[in-house]
Amino acid sequence: MTESQATFSGNRGLMLEEALIFELGHPGRVAVDLPDPGPIDLDRLGGCRRAAPVGLPDLAEPQVVRHYTRLSQKNYGIDSGLYPLGSCTMKHNPRLSEKVARLPGLADLHPFQPQATVQGALEVIDSLAHWLKVLTGMPEVAMSPAAGAHGEWCGLMAIRAYHEAKGQGHRRRVLVPESAHGTNPASAAMCGFTVDPIPAKENGRVDLDALKAKLGDDVACLMLTNPNTCGLFETEILEIAAAIHEAGAFFYCDGANFNAIVGRVRIADLGIDAMHINLHKTFATPHGGGGPGAGPTVLSAELAPFAPLPFVVADGAGLKLVEHAAEIPESQPFGRVKGYHGQFGVFIRALAYILSMGADGLRQASTDAVLNANYLLARLADQLSAPFAGPCMHECLFDDSFLKDTGVTTLDFAKALIDEGFHPMTMYFPLVVHGALLMEPTESESKETLDQFIAVVGGLAAKAKAGAAEDFKQSPRLTPRRRLDETLAARNPVLRWKA
Amino acid sequence: MRYLPHTDADRQEMLAAIGAPDAEALFRDVPAAARLTKPLDLPGSQGELEVERAFQGMARKNLSAGCAPFFIGAGIYRHHVPAAVDQLLLRGEFLTAYTPYQPEVSQGTLQALFEFQTQVALLTGMDAANASMYDGATACAEAAVMAARVTKRHKVILSGGLHPHFRATTETVLRYTEITAEVLDPDPLGFEDLIGRIGPDIAGVVVQNPGFFGGIRDLRPLAEACHQAGALLVVAVTDPVSLGLIESPGAMGADIVVAEGQSLGMGMSFGGPGLGLFATRDKYVRQMPGRLAGQTIDVDGRRGFVLTLSTREQHIRREKATSNICTNSGLCALAFSMHLTLLGETGLARLAELNHAKAVRLETKLKRLKGVRVVSQSYFNEFALRLGDEADAAQVVEALAARGILAGVPASRFYPDYPELAPVLLLAATETNTEADIDALVAALEEVL
Repeated sequence: MTESQATFSGNRGLMLEEALIFELGHPGRVAVDLPDPGPIDLDRLGGCRRAAPVGLPDLAEPQVVRHYTRLSQKNYGIDSGLYPLGSCTMKHNPRLSEKVARLPGLADLHPFQPQATVQGALEVIDSLAHWLKVLTGMPEVAMSPAAGAHGEWCGLMAIRAYHEAKGQGHRRRVLVPESAHGTNPASAAMCGFTVDPIPAKENGRVDLDALKAKLGDDVACLMLTNPNTCGLFETEILEIAAAIHEAGAFFYCDGANFNAIVGRVRIADLGIDAMHINLHKTFATPHGGGGPGAGPTVLSAELAPFAPLPFVVADGAGLKLVEHAAEIPESQPFGRVKGYHGQFGVFIRALAYILSMGADGLRQASTDAVLNANYLLARLADQLSAPFAGPCMHECLFDDSFLKDTGVTTLDFAKALIDEGFHPMTMYFPLVVHGALLMEPTESESKETLDQFIAVVGGLAAKAKAGAAEDFKQSPRLTPRRRLDETLAARNPVLRWKA
Repeated sequence: MRYLPHTDADRQEMLAAIGAPDAEALFRDVPAAARLTKPLDLPGSQGELEVERAFQGMARKNLSAGCAPFFIGAGIYRHHVPAAVDQLLLRGEFLTAYTPYQPEVSQGTLQALFEFQTQVALLTGMDAANASMYDGATACAEAAVMAARVTKRHKVILSGGLHPHFRATTETVLRYTEITAEVLDPDPLGFEDLIGRIGPDIAGVVVQNPGFFGGIRDLRPLAEACHQAGALLVVAVTDPVSLGLIESPGAMGADIVVAEGQSLGMGMSFGGPGLGLFATRDKYVRQMPGRLAGQTIDVDGRRGFVLTLSTREQHIRREKATSNICTNSGLCALAFSMHLTLLGETGLARLAELNHAKAVRLETKLKRLKGVRVVSQSYFNEFALRLGDEADAAQVVEALAARGILAGVPASRFYPDYPELAPVLLLAATETNTEADIDALVAALEEVL
């Protein structure tokens, strides 16, 4: 901060400093008025009444509202501007979805009400399941996984359960490309599988020959992201699927990038046996600073009987929530993946988006997402460095060779973008290219926004090449906090406030 | 289409810049055989008005809790959420942000998570908490895995007082790991002998307090037995409001505390999304799953917050990570934290007392009914009733629903294979219940029984 920016308060105009709630408390203040419960009959507490206060601060409502308002102003969201975080799909979150999720007839429901009193809620689940099945061409969907990684694990559990049921329990090896999300190997490990990496070819796709060489009767499945994490469609996907199936293994697809192909490609037609769908990416539910998400997982006919509990089935005139395996004799659920019946609040939002878009709008959204990424790729190709030729799908990948000998790193470049009013792209992922910059503009962005972004990125690239490394190292300068010491945070963890 | 800004002219101009004849050309890497050429059998786009009408139609097919005397708990609780919570939660900077990977533009989320972690640690009586898990059940499963990781042992004991969904989720997570679970029968009376089962092979004992059937137990003897045998005590909580009145698991010796945080800030939402709370001792922090916010300084020396200790996590460690979890329940954690901030020490204590008082009131009136017996020896805001030896609690609940009363959950919904539990009904009362609600339930139950 320069001298001229210093203030007595530490505030800088609209950039307001805000203490922790624990530093703002004033015993006796209260922001929730509750009636006096009268004397407490302690007999029924099993002799376990709390001995000491919790230690929470007391505040009144105006302070609390101001606290969180000020905190919110230190955040960048999609509502603030372009958020081209590759692989994360930061698209516009419609406000209608928020409105309908708050209808008391949907929000104020308990998961254990008698089923006759929640037929509308079961209809929400069933309708969304129908859309997901038709859009993917798959016969079944496990609705309850809470996020993408949770869906991966769900799909792999179904695959493991299938193999065990067929006397193929020795199939424990899972093939995972080097470019995969870290969740893929981690999910495989949770199912008792070992992970065997497969290399990519120079064009950024799976090396089919290398894959075939790794196949054997101990392989449980392949886990492949498609479009892959380099933003490329796997051109040999049909051959990959055939090879996997011939080896008696399954084809699991990480559906993080399903948003590129919705309405244009059904994953059943690619030979995929299971795939999770990140509702918070493809179907525009808010990321909320890190969740909640939802990861419904579509399953092939072979895997469908192993889907986890609970699930919704048609039952005469109504819908029935099946909570126990014994209710459906032909089912062999591998278990239960979470409490209750899935991320219902997320289902409502996703379904509202889907009903708004319709089949035509969903297809147009995929097309526009791919168009926008290709536009960035085409317009930035000369100024940055793209390791793979286009067309790309919904995201475009650059490496850091354009920064060679400038002294500027991918990180510096990203931080400079922050001062320009943009959220950075994904950095250093995927791991298969050096200093990766992965940009996913999504279909929500107008051409004007993209043109502005292109001008800024191009300007920064020229500036870096002109020898402004020291300047880049100082970025960001205009944020509530500048670069933070992550090494200190890890070496000496302070994970909570203490008096 | 209101969410898509491009006009056809924009698209043409962009395709020209790309050098592609049409949008189809951008999809040329998709094998021709796999490209959809015909429209799918699905409806087309709709305006806000039509979509909202569709949801109102579905909403009308439900009996919402606010329209009925309501006494259902069993892990999801109906509490009043102050209006400020939802208004603040809808601020776009919170709602539409991603995981705070870029700390300079995410200090709002990061500071809020740091405050949340502190609140959870204080409430549970533990040293540290993570930035949340999917829900209480998955947090419970992760705790069992962590207990095995810490102790390098391969067996856990799951109490019969554990929520059946927590139990089932944990069993599922362990299914294909080296860890086995000894699962005890449902235990409405709290008579199970956990201490007698603890041996040198036990990684951890997982109990719930208050238990699924309501009972509160002093966990100190169990904690002592665990620690003598080198095992960890994992304590699950399904309504954190209870911790405003009863002793924290940490104060009673727990090593890991997991909880469902839904009851603060979020409403019921048919049971999802939930909020998994996860807290532990300092010495186990590096074995913990999930994201963590930590305090640090920026280059100007000012206090700030970052995600930290990420070498535990999947994006760094891949198959050797403590968990595959990537997403947490960020917005739900924020809602929880806002509600708890609004309550404060004073408000939480009063809310907890009020819940207990309502439940005592309910119990007092119900136990006067002929044949009805209270099973739970102790409780916070939920208890189990035995409706008489011949009664079928499931039928009673259906009969009361037909009269517009949502009267708890029959134990048989979770335990269809235990006929002795058929007459058992779980009932919860919170600050949202009025005296008229209680009287309506008592009168209707008297008629039905």
